[in-house]
Amino acid sequence: MSLTSLWRAATQHRLFWPVAALVALLVINVPFTPGFFEIHLKNGHLYGSLVSIVLFGSPLILVAIGMTLVIATGGIDLSVGAVVAISGALACLVVSKQADQDSVAGVLLAFALALAVALVCGAWNGLLVARLGIQPIIATLILMVAGRGIAQLITSGQIITVNSDAYSLIGGGYWLALPFSLFVVALVVVLSMALTRRTALGLLVEAVGGNAEASRLVGIRSRRIKIMAYMFCGLCAGIAGLMISSNVSAADGNNAGLWIELDAILAVVIGGTSLTGGRFHLGGTIIGALIIQTLTTTIYTIGVPTQTNLVFKAVVVIVVCLMQSSVFRAKVFGARAKRRGPAQKSPGAAADAAPQMEVSS
Amino acid sequence: MAEPRPVLEMTGIVKEFSGTRALSDVDFRLFPGEIHALLGENGAGKSTLIKVLTGVHPLDGGTVVLEGRPVRITSPLQAQQAGISTVYQEVNLCQNLSVAENILIGREPVAAGRIRWKELRRRAAQLVTRFGLDLDVSAPLGSHPLAVQQLVAIIRAVGSGNPAAADEGDAAAGTRVLILDEPTSSLDRDEVEELFALMRRLRQDGVAILFVSHFLDQIYEVCDRMTVLRNGALVGEHLVADLDQVNLVKLMIGKDLDELEELSEHHTEPDTSEPFLKAEGLSRAGGIAPFDLEVRAGEVLGLAGLLGSGRTELARLLFGADTSDGGKVYIGGDQAALREPNDAIGRGVAFLSENRRTEGLVPDLTVRENIILALQAARGWTRPVPASQRDELVAKYIAALDIRPADPEAKTGSLSGGNQQKVLLARWLLTQPKLLILDEPTRGIDVGAKAEIQKLVVSLSEEGVAVVYISAELEEVLRLSHTMGVLRDRRLVARMANGPDVTAGRVLEIIASGEHQ
Amino acid sequence: MSVIDGFRTRAEGLRLLQDRRLPVLVTAGLFVLMFGFGAFRYQSYGFLDAQVFMNLFIDNGYLLVAAVGATFVILTGGIDLSVGSVIGFTTMLTAWLVEKQGLPLLLVAPIALGVGAFGGYLMGYVIHHFEIEPFIVTLAGLFFFRGLCLVISKESISITDPTVDRLAQTHVPLPGGSFLSIAAVISLAVLALAFYVLHYTRFGRRVYAIGGNEQSALLMGLPVAGTKIAVYTVSGFCSALSGLLFTLYIQSGDPLHAVGLELDAIAAVVVGGTLLTGGSGYVIGTLFGVLVLGLIKTLIQFEGTLSSWWTKIATGVLLFAFILIQRTMTGRRRT
Repeated sequence: MSLTSLWRAATQHRLFWPVAALVALLVINVPFTPGFFEIHLKNGHLYGSLVSIVLFGSPLILVAIGMTLVIATGGIDLSVGAVVAISGALACLVVSKQADQDSVAGVLLAFALALAVALVCGAWNGLLVARLGIQPIIATLILMVAGRGIAQLITSGQIITVNSDAYSLIGGGYWLALPFSLFVVALVVVLSMALTRRTALGLLVEAVGGNAEASRLVGIRSRRIKIMAYMFCGLCAGIAGLMISSNVSAADGNNAGLWIELDAILAVVIGGTSLTGGRFHLGGTIIGALIIQTLTTTIYTIGVPTQTNLVFKAVVVIVVCLMQSSVFRAKVFGARAKRRGPAQKSPGAAADAAPQMEVSS
Repeated sequence: MAEPRPVLEMTGIVKEFSGTRALSDVDFRLFPGEIHALLGENGAGKSTLIKVLTGVHPLDGGTVVLEGRPVRITSPLQAQQAGISTVYQEVNLCQNLSVAENILIGREPVAAGRIRWKELRRRAAQLVTRFGLDLDVSAPLGSHPLAVQQLVAIIRAVGSGNPAAADEGDAAAGTRVLILDEPTSSLDRDEVEELFALMRRLRQDGVAILFVSHFLDQIYEVCDRMTVLRNGALVGEHLVADLDQVNLVKLMIGKDLDELEELSEHHTEPDTSEPFLKAEGLSRAGGIAPFDLEVRAGEVLGLAGLLGSGRTELARLLFGADTSDGGKVYIGGDQAALREPNDAIGRGVAFLSENRRTEGLVPDLTVRENIILALQAARGWTRPVPASQRDELVAKYIAALDIRPADPEAKTGSLSGGNQQKVLLARWLLTQPKLLILDEPTRGIDVGAKAEIQKLVVSLSEEGVAVVYISAELEEVLRLSHTMGVLRDRRLVARMANGPDVTAGRVLEIIASGEHQ
Repeated sequence: MSVIDGFRTRAEGLRLLQDRRLPVLVTAGLFVLMFGFGAFRYQSYGFLDAQVFMNLFIDNGYLLVAAVGATFVILTGGIDLSVGSVIGFTTMLTAWLVEKQGLPLLLVAPIALGVGAFGGYLMGYVIHHFEIEPFIVTLAGLFFFRGLCLVISKESISITDPTVDRLAQTHVPLPGGSFLSIAAVISLAVLALAFYVLHYTRFGRRVYAIGGNEQSALLMGLPVAGTKIAVYTVSGFCSALSGLLFTLYIQSGDPLHAVGLELDAIAAVVVGGTLLTGGSGYVIGTLFGVLVLGLIKTLIQFEGTLSSWWTKIATGVLLFAFILIQRTMTGRRRT
């Protein structure tokens, strides 16, 4: 294979541009932080910029993985931020009520309770979407609004602090010289890959999101699939909630996980999964989440005022979405495409699309 | 007899879609004050011709002359301004707005930017009365039945050609040509009468009406003249009075009768075994009238009928794709409640929809994934088909059906129509169905693929699979089926064993007349 | 003619159940019930004082304006998530221009309104012409304007400008000794104007037509592109105006002002009976939606023992209830 064809094959891989963006972002840091890629061992813990990007990016990766499955079914989950807050609040409350906060059994009980509630939240969303047929944006808006209130109810409006080494392990602790959260993320990633690709779940999710009516006619129980996706998303958000609260050893019903749903959706879109559903890419999502985290870190290190972070993010959202919009591509690159050959749009598509105009009632 | 000058004359119309001719050298003309039927089966080119006329598709050849002047229509809006109005089967109005607004939106009477509601209602009421209707124009359109919405759409269409004229309450002043594309398909008998009354009134006003309908009786009731298309070409233009229904059906379905006789092969083997599937009085309002049906293992049941006769609706009921209003289905001797396709699939029924793109393929997924989908859905998500077994099955069916490219990784969206159809067939064959329902399996695919699919049906039936075969092409149905059912106007009008006495001529007669001796 | 007569009676029967005013009446009824409950329970605490009622407008005027803008967008079947950020940004911009740059409020207000409207216009342009979901585009707007807040200043800027102070303190007296603030009066004027625009102008009817069926609206020859873009422009303008009113109300600019306010605005619109799928609803309903949400806060304050987070939970429950009502209503209409 010649070098050019190798290059072409590489650039056409769907992960090429996300990975390229990530690498570029990382490289930008080097002149500003000379030892950017260095990782050193201090007190038996690994330190370094790369380690902290992964550490701080862990909750986002988790939430984005759950979001990927929901988006693949053609849905969306706005309530993940609220679920993050609820899960953290509940776990902290349970731990703080215990006589011995360091008791491993107590912490595990807290985790189990919090994750159970997160699953219930996901099931609630799933039922509204799949059973009652409410639009996903609207259905999950309910929990997005009420969930923050519930989280504050749990914490009685206070910030609950806990003082438990066992609890702080999951979000801030180290194990085998690495941040413990890394293992959690790795576990969830491996589990979700196995769940979607070792079983038929991934295929069925993509079929439901890719063509709902065809899926019904082929006998897929799409309601069940959708409810499972929302529950999985809830669970991921729950784990992320534990991590965030553990990292600061406190639960803040108001601010924990604020805007994480937006970052997660962004990560999914950057990773190449279309918002209309169908094909999903967990690997792409992880890279998308890392890009967002690296962007935040980069803005810190290169000395751009941190406050422009959000403006940057807005620009990234728009650019990514414009590039994904076929209309935009046609308008901007249309002239070039036309010169290359006849219009790509197949007449079959045009002919088929016309009779589909429906009277929405 | 000197004919009046046509209001519209289309000559030598050609329309191509990336090399395939959808219309080749079609002539069409419309006279003022006539109702003109445009007839043809799926793919005959009816909708393409209408779309060319209304400026949705640009034409690739030929001329359009409107009221003696050559015109070039490039957009629906321009067509409207030129006096060509269209009402589609799906009512293109806003359900949430009032009747009056729907008629006049965009042309509301305003004074200093403020809508004069009273005047708006008065004008709308005036238009409505002029068409002989009595409606509450301030009620939301959605609160009226579909038939009334259809009438409102027509009033808007004919009232919109010339705003000035409409303002004066002269309804049809601007409209020279009114196109009604299947307006009656969801109306009941009385509602159709209302529509016809309105059409006749417009005819009196000198409007030329182009009427598309699948119901032959309606055409004979209301139309003056008809044009028949087949495979994108003009078959003929006739006065309705000059052509009876049998000959019309012949023109539409094509092939001379003698030719059809030769092609028919009859293979009836007396079979007294219990039917695999039995329907008793199965029905769905607005879809198909109650019908009885039986299919045995190894039997090919052919369903003949024109487009819109209820063939697809019947098939969907047998599969549980739609729920029935009444009647019973027995599968394998047991009564089956078919609420979801799943209920039928679990009992060994498979269904190949006529709409490959919207109801069959998942275009983003690969050939392999699309082929495995039905089997996987039946197994549930926890039991994936083992990779080795899956690849073997997929490879086997790609080879057996000669799917090209023979690449299981190819995206199905990029395949040709025939190959997409084969992928969908493979999908169901993998599940080893006991009954395979094929709705127009050969439509829109090339001749080679057609023959292959027909051969496959024969060999499946020899293996003991029951097949329900639906096709607009009588020749196919006659050749393949052991028994036949004939549909007409949403009713199963005849069931018979295919034998030497079942000729194309006889089936055509039943399709045309609805009578079966 | 008997068939048509049949249509008529059927239509009459359906109209009662399907009347689009029904949800508004339900919300208005709910408001009256809640108010009655408050009057009964907190009688001795002066709940029936006319000023308690007027304070609903004074405390929620900015929300009303934002919700009115959101109503336009939602009526077309779209959504605008940037509302809260535009409000926050407007407070910052105003505070910064007035305090740090010393510009007069009279000049600053039009600038702020123009920026908000232009932001809305841009979002509408991208949504319509590049066919990107409104959800995503306005999400980018949310990030962008909140980011701009922080670019102006990370710290809160309090406003000491005398004009602002005077405007904020002015009481508009009402008969019976109660009063309204300037902001409340402006918000009611915006409401009245929106009602007029939606029901008495061609633009307003186009908004409903697009929400009813965008494809049909296009085929009926209506200028869909212009209307859709205009609707987001209106929302941007209303958000900026809401930001100005919020500045008057709170007399400071803060990068964290009005975080998540878009959710309140959307909730008020939905509770007010407007269908999130578009095409059906009244701006008067939005008023009642805002009043109900405001009343929940007031009741919780009067109760004293209940905490503020119950507001969010109650809002969520109300949202759920109204979405269910909408669901059953549209479900019935379809059959």
